[in-house]
Amino acid sequence: MASSSTTPSTQPVTEGHPTSRVSSGFASFWRQLGKFLLSGWALIFFVFLYLPIVTLIVFSFNESRFATEWSGFTLQWYGELFQNRLLGLALRNSLIVAFSTTLISTAIGTMVAVALERFDFKGKLPIDALLFLPIIIPDIAMGIMLLSFFALLNQSLGFVTIIIAHTAFNISFVAVIVRARMADIDPTLEEAANDLGANEWQAFWRVGFPLLLPGILAGALTAFTLSLDDYVVTFFVSGPGSTTLPVRVYGMIRRGVTPEINALSSLLLVASMILVVLSLALQRRSSRLNV
Amino acid sequence: MGNPAVQLTQVTKAFGEVLAVSDIDLRIEDGEFFSLLGPSGCGKTTTLRIIAGFEMPTQGDVLIRGRSMGQTPPFKRPVNTVFQNYALFPHMTIEQNVAFGLEMKKVDKAETQRRVGEALEMVRLPNMGKRRPHQLSGGQQQRVALARALVNEPEVLLLDEPLGALDLKLRKAMQLELKRLQSQVGITFVYVTHDQEEALTMSDRIAVMNDGEVLQVGSPVEIYEHPTSGFVADFIGESNMLYGTVYAVEGTEAVILVDGTVPVRAHTDYDLSHGQRAGVVVRPEKITLGNGGALLGRVEEVVYIGTDTRYSIRLTDSTTLIVREQNGNSDQVRLYEAGEEVSVGWSPAQAIVLVD
Amino acid sequence: MSVREPRTRRERTSVSVLTGPTVIWLLLFFIVPLGVIFVYSFLQRGAFGGVEWVFQIDNYLRFADALYINIFVRSLWIAVLTTLICLLIGYPVAFWMSRRPAWMQGGLLLLIMVPFWTNFVVRMYAWRLLLFRQGILNGFVMGLGLREEPLALLFTPTAVVIGLVFAWVVNMILPCYASLVGLNDAMLEAAQDLYANRWQTFWKVVVPLTMPGIVSGSILVFVPSLGAYVIPDMLGGGSADMIGNLIHQQFTSGQNWPFGSAISVLLMLTMLIGTLIYFRVARQRTAQGIVG
Repeated sequence: MASSSTTPSTQPVTEGHPTSRVSSGFASFWRQLGKFLLSGWALIFFVFLYLPIVTLIVFSFNESRFATEWSGFTLQWYGELFQNRLLGLALRNSLIVAFSTTLISTAIGTMVAVALERFDFKGKLPIDALLFLPIIIPDIAMGIMLLSFFALLNQSLGFVTIIIAHTAFNISFVAVIVRARMADIDPTLEEAANDLGANEWQAFWRVGFPLLLPGILAGALTAFTLSLDDYVVTFFVSGPGSTTLPVRVYGMIRRGVTPEINALSSLLLVASMILVVLSLALQRRSSRLNV
Repeated sequence: MGNPAVQLTQVTKAFGEVLAVSDIDLRIEDGEFFSLLGPSGCGKTTTLRIIAGFEMPTQGDVLIRGRSMGQTPPFKRPVNTVFQNYALFPHMTIEQNVAFGLEMKKVDKAETQRRVGEALEMVRLPNMGKRRPHQLSGGQQQRVALARALVNEPEVLLLDEPLGALDLKLRKAMQLELKRLQSQVGITFVYVTHDQEEALTMSDRIAVMNDGEVLQVGSPVEIYEHPTSGFVADFIGESNMLYGTVYAVEGTEAVILVDGTVPVRAHTDYDLSHGQRAGVVVRPEKITLGNGGALLGRVEEVVYIGTDTRYSIRLTDSTTLIVREQNGNSDQVRLYEAGEEVSVGWSPAQAIVLVD
Repeated sequence: MSVREPRTRRERTSVSVLTGPTVIWLLLFFIVPLGVIFVYSFLQRGAFGGVEWVFQIDNYLRFADALYINIFVRSLWIAVLTTLICLLIGYPVAFWMSRRPAWMQGGLLLLIMVPFWTNFVVRMYAWRLLLFRQGILNGFVMGLGLREEPLALLFTPTAVVIGLVFAWVVNMILPCYASLVGLNDAMLEAAQDLYANRWQTFWKVVVPLTMPGIVSGSILVFVPSLGAYVIPDMLGGGSADMIGNLIHQQFTSGQNWPFGSAISVLLMLTMLIGTLIYFRVARQRTAQGIVG
């Protein structure tokens, strides 16, 4: 695929292939083919990314118990879902845990992010490492080590232990997100506020905090989602009466496929999509605020 | 005269091992347009930040109107700053930005509104109050930053390369605007810049800094015409440095033997002794070609740059001179050509002896 | 100056107040538990779960059994395979995305993120529906007359790899995309100006310059794949148990916490070593300009 010209192309970045340039018809054919294959590849990828999700939603309205063939539209499974008291309880538990852990981890995760981004101090590196560990540790390891720890303390398993565990991994995610947002905020803004007569406290609440708020909310949404999402850690640290939704659903799945789960999963999908769109809208708003 | 607007006494600032500013003494008079000029990393911004209170000096003290600032935090100092990137609050409107300082000082609502209006009027942005900073152009943001600082009527206004982000044409316009504003409000301006031309055009006095030290303080004319060091001579405008030994001294005029062969006459403020090593600074535009100058050189390079022509002239094996001749009327001035022999000369008063 | 040392005593106090809760929480509920399983890994099993406080190293010796070595090697193999497939799928997609118009890139990122943020258990359950013997994929394949018999997909190692790939491919795409977007177009033009053809430009310029993205993407896929538990359990159905399943078993039905702890310690060590080796190799390769 030797090209015939040595003049670098001056095409805009957004348009077409980065290596496009004037070339012979033969080379152009291969280039077109390459582009075509690449686009096809991407298209297939996106289809497979969404195939399971779409299938799930479609078959939650299927009359048949089996997911092979379409036998007619029904809302029956959604109806049964809302009658399921155990699932309702699990949802309630999940929400209790998610709200509590979001509150705690957002508060202390934001605090540590502010300290790390604002000050240089001894122990900064160890804290960085400490925050990094919960992100990379496998959840199975996190689950068993917390179980062992609570067993050692004779702490009975329940809401408290779940919230402690979820907070332990959520602090890191909140801190990472808030720090990223803080790094985008011009540090001279608070200096400017000081210069105009605001003390540190006033400068933070009037300037730093409003600018940081979208980051904090994005962190909170992430913490909330991760808490609702978690199965493995929760499995080890939950006790009777504190079973969360993923744990309950997992148990049902292990017993076999039921259309009721399709319906529940579809609802969960829609809920998480709303959360994602919400958090992205927040981020967009915050980036618009940046000059 | 009363107390100077700003006085720095033996101010030193160290960041760990690095001395950003070392042992600076400065006296900035009331109502002055004072520039801190130097290459990046010379300590000029740190000096400004010490005056503003964002950095505390490791040693020495800052006095504003005779009052020692000691450890006074920025929000209790009678100074305001225009930041390099303006630092406008993106989540507030222009009005809210400008009103911020007054609000912090608990000035009442009606007065705040009046003064904000006046300030925006003064920087010629009367109808922009409801907009957000990102809706404004760079030049407009820069004016808002000025209004936000000036509305507080500070004793001293600190400006940290405020025109650095603007393009050339806008920068020129803003230079005039700033000068106009300063004479209008009569506030002392301390202006940080690395642009020598900007400093020369705008300032009443300039402090040239390098490596954390103040090398020379003086009016633009003094700095340009009488540099006291090779660095200042070189940094402010273009200059020729000739090195040699002192051959003879008669009052304020000395003869320096450049490269042991070429005798050069120059003005001196120093007590020189025969045989001492010394340098001579001559500005390119002070040198005349032809006209029976005392020295003889060979034209090496000719660059025509519109209003001027710039020559490189070889004097000795190790010394070349840069000469700028105005083109003016082409009938009168003839262009020399490369390879031509030409006499070179200048009035002794236009060359200055330096001993480093 | 954005980051500076605390100036006054008050600022030093605020640093302590700000970092204190996190440090205490993570020391108490992360580092101490980590220490607990490290200690547990040298103890004897209790009768009904839990431990007996007798020191021994048998838990580590026991792992040298062919059964466990097999699971360990299989997990490594599956994790490496998953990483490679994610790279093969993800890099071209990231490349394609980075060359779209700006408005489209935002939408595509959203499309990629949405499944990633949906409930993990639900997503894997959806794959189970697809791969099921009476599932959609088989219905589709047989409907087209491609096969008489349904494909046995679910509860195979293949299903596990498919699940892992689709669970973590986003972790590959995002870093690769970020480094591809950051790629300076002038660099590509310079390469072509210096007579490199399309392939040479790609291998000698694009790939080395996006190496940081490839490295972090690979680590972000490899680490969670190696530690997987849900996916081999739900899609493998015992056919392709991984280290995670082994650990799970020791803490539930097996009731051998010390052995489970020992396996966890080994798992984390493997991740650490694997990541370090990968970092080193990737850095050398980039330095030498031999990539691919």
